[in-house]
Amino acid sequence: MSDDVSNEVGISRNEVLKIAKLGRLRLTDAEVDALGKDLNAILGYVAKMGELDTTGVPTLEHAAEFGDTCRDDENRPSLPREEALASAPRTGDGCFAVPKIIE
Amino acid sequence: MEPYQWTIHEARRRLDNKDISSVELTRSVLARVKAVDGAVKAFNLVTDDRALADAADADRAIARGETGVLTGIPIALKDNMDTAGIETTCSSRILAGYKPPFDGTVPARLKAGGAVLVGKTNLDEFAMGSSTENSATGATRNPWNLERAPGGSSGGSAAAVAADMCLGSLGSDTGGSIRQPAALCGVVGLKPTYGRVSRYGLVAFASSLDQIGPFTKDVRDSALLLEAISGADPLDSTCSTRPVDDYAAALERGVKGLTIGVPREYFIKGTDPSVEKAVQASIRVLEGQGATLREISLPHTAYAVACYYLVATAEASSNLGRYDGVRYGLREEAGDLLEMYMATREAGFGTEVKRRIMLGTYALSAGYYDAYYRKAQQVRTLILRDFTKAFDAGVDLVVTPTSPTGAFRIGEKADDPLQMYLSDIFTISANLAGLPGISVPCGFDDNGCPVGLQLIGRAWDESTLLAAARAHEAQTSFHTRRPDL
Repeated sequence: MSDDVSNEVGISRNEVLKIAKLGRLRLTDAEVDALGKDLNAILGYVAKMGELDTTGVPTLEHAAEFGDTCRDDENRPSLPREEALASAPRTGDGCFAVPKIIE
Repeated sequence: MEPYQWTIHEARRRLDNKDISSVELTRSVLARVKAVDGAVKAFNLVTDDRALADAADADRAIARGETGVLTGIPIALKDNMDTAGIETTCSSRILAGYKPPFDGTVPARLKAGGAVLVGKTNLDEFAMGSSTENSATGATRNPWNLERAPGGSSGGSAAAVAADMCLGSLGSDTGGSIRQPAALCGVVGLKPTYGRVSRYGLVAFASSLDQIGPFTKDVRDSALLLEAISGADPLDSTCSTRPVDDYAAALERGVKGLTIGVPREYFIKGTDPSVEKAVQASIRVLEGQGATLREISLPHTAYAVACYYLVATAEASSNLGRYDGVRYGLREEAGDLLEMYMATREAGFGTEVKRRIMLGTYALSAGYYDAYYRKAQQVRTLILRDFTKAFDAGVDLVVTPTSPTGAFRIGEKADDPLQMYLSDIFTISANLAGLPGISVPCGFDDNGCPVGLQLIGRAWDESTLLAAARAHEAQTSFHTRRPDL
């Protein structure tokens, strides 16, 4: 596959790899090709929004009405440590264990 | 009629009359699951022991006279709602074996209300899909035709109700994931107003769109189940403190005096003619009951799918960041932390989930944010304004087909994500605008598969939605039809 996917929107193979890294996804070569093709098709479709003049139109993040929905900030019992750790793939010393981060 | 075939309100009457115990009713339902779920594959997990224990508790409560609407009623939950000590997988390898340490608010309310948990139902992985094929546990089949898909993403919950494997179930709807499978399986599915039902313990897909709602065999049950799960929750700040209506009391209000908008953008080329015919006939039923029909325009409808697939994937790419192999679920060991994250997510996520994380990450990335994400949020405003304008002009409800086609074949759209996305073309706008919507059975297509009629209402006005749905149901018998299994 060439570096430049032929499409008017056009995500290149390198961009696919860059996005995958941002999204913490490791992709096989076949996935890079297939997802690149899919993304270009989808972006080609969503480009139709460009037909709309949205100058001055506010953004809508959600349709919720936020009113008096905050509860009081009080101490409540929290999840016991052993329950919080019960589903972890690896634990140690009462903590979640991960590969070494700092030498 | 076998007990497993009853509606919730019918079972309530029988349980209260002591015609049957909840244990007997639950055994009938579990036997039905055993008989037909090998073919339908609606369940990821059947919680037999828990169900019978819940039923025994319910029978004791009934004997004490402590009976609520759901006491002793067998209900199934979509497998993206956290249930304490019971596997909650989202049909994903990355959560295989995960047993949450807590109940979500909706499962907790059902439990407190005495409902019997039948099991956890299949879905498209993380609710991303429209066919329940994108599941690590395999595809669910449409009970009306086992070669066809039940719709999705709550296809397991829809199929379980359609096949009488529970009296009602709950699903979640981000872009149509309750209404579209309800239509394709011939049951009633309701997506409440955004903020009506708590999402605490609902595994997040797209937080500005997700909403939990009921699948039921008729409209009365929909009202009962909705009322049981609605209302403020201190554990979800996006859940409204508005009082909850008495939905059951609104059921017989009828449609006389209501103005029902028929949006021309929803009656388009590309809709199956047999679907359109069934929907048009049902619109006449509403007119015959005294509703005034008005042709309206929702001019930004054609942009809804594009808008949705940027907003939903952007939110999903962020929400799914939590699956990193550290605190729960799958881990693929690797030498350093970044490699561990990437190996875990490579092994744990299916193709559609990866596709959406990629699209959402792209839409939020530097240089593309304004062109895609911000633009989509502006278009979202225009879509909401279309509805607001119609409601301000006196329209009480909007009526549309739920889906442009009946059930499609398993595999038919699996290789073409864009075609799959377009099957949500009629349901997505209600999510973007935060409005309540319901799908009710309104006929059958040329393949003998069910067709759904969608009604969309004003925010917080589920009562009018249910009253109109009930008025239609009272004049038709589609909801009483069941597949041969």
